[in-house]
Amino acid sequence: MSRKYLPKVITSNHLLEGDVIYFSKDGNWVRNIAEAAVFHDPETADARLAEADKQRNIHVGAYLADTRIDSEGRPEPVHFREQFRTLGPSNYFHGKQAGA
Amino acid sequence: MYNYNEFDHSFVRARVEEFRDQVERRLSGALTEEEFKPLRLKNGLYLQLHAYMLRVAIPYGTLNCKQMRQLAIIAEKWDKGYGHFTTRQNIQFNWPKLKDVPDILDALADVSMHAIQTSGNCIRNVTADHFAGAARDEIEDARMTAELLRQWSTDHPEFQYLPRKFKIAVTGSPNDRAVTRAHDIGLRTIRDAEGRKGYEVLIGGGLGRTPMIGKVVREFLPKEDLLPYVEAILRVYNLSGRRDNKYKARIKILVHETGIEELKAQIEKEFVSRKSEFPGVNPDLLQTIERDFSPPEYDRLSVDDYVSRIAHDPEFREWVKNNVARHKVPEYGIVTVSLKPVGGTPGDATAYQMRVMANLGEKYAHDELRVSHEQNIVLPHVPKAHIPQIYDELTKAGLATPNLGLLSDIIACPGMDYCALATARSIPIAQDIAKRFDHLQLEQEIGPLKIKISGCINACGHHHVGHIGILGLDKAGVENYQITLGGNATEDAHIGTRVGPGFSSEELIPALERLLKSYLKLRKSPNETFYNCYNRLGMDPFKEALYPHLKTKHKERTGH
Repeated sequence: MSRKYLPKVITSNHLLEGDVIYFSKDGNWVRNIAEAAVFHDPETADARLAEADKQRNIHVGAYLADTRIDSEGRPEPVHFREQFRTLGPSNYFHGKQAGA
Repeated sequence: MYNYNEFDHSFVRARVEEFRDQVERRLSGALTEEEFKPLRLKNGLYLQLHAYMLRVAIPYGTLNCKQMRQLAIIAEKWDKGYGHFTTRQNIQFNWPKLKDVPDILDALADVSMHAIQTSGNCIRNVTADHFAGAARDEIEDARMTAELLRQWSTDHPEFQYLPRKFKIAVTGSPNDRAVTRAHDIGLRTIRDAEGRKGYEVLIGGGLGRTPMIGKVVREFLPKEDLLPYVEAILRVYNLSGRRDNKYKARIKILVHETGIEELKAQIEKEFVSRKSEFPGVNPDLLQTIERDFSPPEYDRLSVDDYVSRIAHDPEFREWVKNNVARHKVPEYGIVTVSLKPVGGTPGDATAYQMRVMANLGEKYAHDELRVSHEQNIVLPHVPKAHIPQIYDELTKAGLATPNLGLLSDIIACPGMDYCALATARSIPIAQDIAKRFDHLQLEQEIGPLKIKISGCINACGHHHVGHIGILGLDKAGVENYQITLGGNATEDAHIGTRVGPGFSSEELIPALERLLKSYLKLRKSPNETFYNCYNRLGMDPFKEALYPHLKTKHKERTGH
């Protein structure tokens, strides 16, 4: 039996700032995963990734990341690495958790 | 220490301007990321988990106080007010913006520093004993050799595209504080039967996914043959090292697959032809290097106040016992400033702390600082007369943790808090260990202990050579930590042995507590260190402490 397809978001790092960004529905980049576009099938996900990949003067290294949908319908990371990317390091209050 | 000449200055400035142009072209879209990435890596610029990271070279860990102050300025102006000193004796800034990096490199060039060859498949920053030039046990200041190698290897046209990165470490003392046996080339200064100085040359050491202890390839190499011999090693590696698989591309795999005897024959053959062609070391250059590393003018000040403070102040006494090492001049000490406060991040220093250390170095310690591979800062030449003042200043700055060589003096890589390659976090594990054993008040009782933590198999945290090594992995989407025991980073280097299944982050600290409490019960006397106790008794009792349920199962099976 094939594994159930987990919803995906497209994520990358911003070229200038280096911080974590997400691809939005309207084809822009946002800094909060809650505003990211979510793809529920592999065809759409791959097609949008190809679209995102064309914007290489904005970001570096886009890829698909697994998500689950929270009780309010927003995507949240599945893997701990992606969870850390939404926050920042654990030793200092720096990065996204500090709003920077 | 070494001072840049006109050529060095103009070379480094030219590289900064070249990189400034490359950044501009990347931002304008003239360069793609595929084209830009190798260029930024050649200038020490990585893209990590949350931001760019700039790795700045500190040649053999030596810097003067002006340079340390400049690092503080960079931390404040372009980063978040701190820097991270690494196991490669370098410093990393975790938050620079791409557009600012050329300015940072310019600021580094102002104080004769750069980030060249801190990444990529080239000869990296040559590391050396952090006590070099001060240690009582040394035959020779290892930094003279390291500096010669630095000049030879910087921008060496033949070795810019090696099969993989290449690391050289040098010790001038029989007691190896530079982990020379875990480097691609390890050089140990020795004397031959006639008393001439030379090197024992080791190759093929390294940690990472295939940890190996270096093998002796030349028992005695006369000093004058150093460069042609090292060049012969690099040439054989450059031609024969594997390029088909990056995990098998380090020289240790070549040594393993070819065999040390065969490889030695190839190197010796290459050496003969190299030596005949080699112009040799310019004696003026060598003299300049020797002059640059001549010892400071020692002040023979009275040690009475120092001795008296030791007698009357138990906290000072404790700090001196752990953090002050014997200097070759009796009126001097080697002071190590711990960057491992309980609950802190191993190797991190704030800009303020960098300035405190720079001020102390300038005022009391002949304007010299060192970065140790154990992620601490060393004041190598300190008159004992000044050590009480230094201690008081360090205490005010939160830099007087008396834990050198003890449980909380942990090496930890940045792990998944910063590193894009990491499979788990390292820093919170180091913090939790230090906090737990501080709470238990057991650190002093446990005594000498090396805990080393890596957040992935690349082993930047040297876990293989820790008395207790901890390796963080991703086990089915959960952080998991494997423990190895019995590693050793010294002249008796040894790769630790994995004990058993890994632990979750919640299970790990209690497991270490069981392990070390069990050691306290098992040791013959308080003088028997954890490492010696482990070597005497072997793995079994420690394994039982880590996995008590295995003991129960064993009892159930055997009735004992």
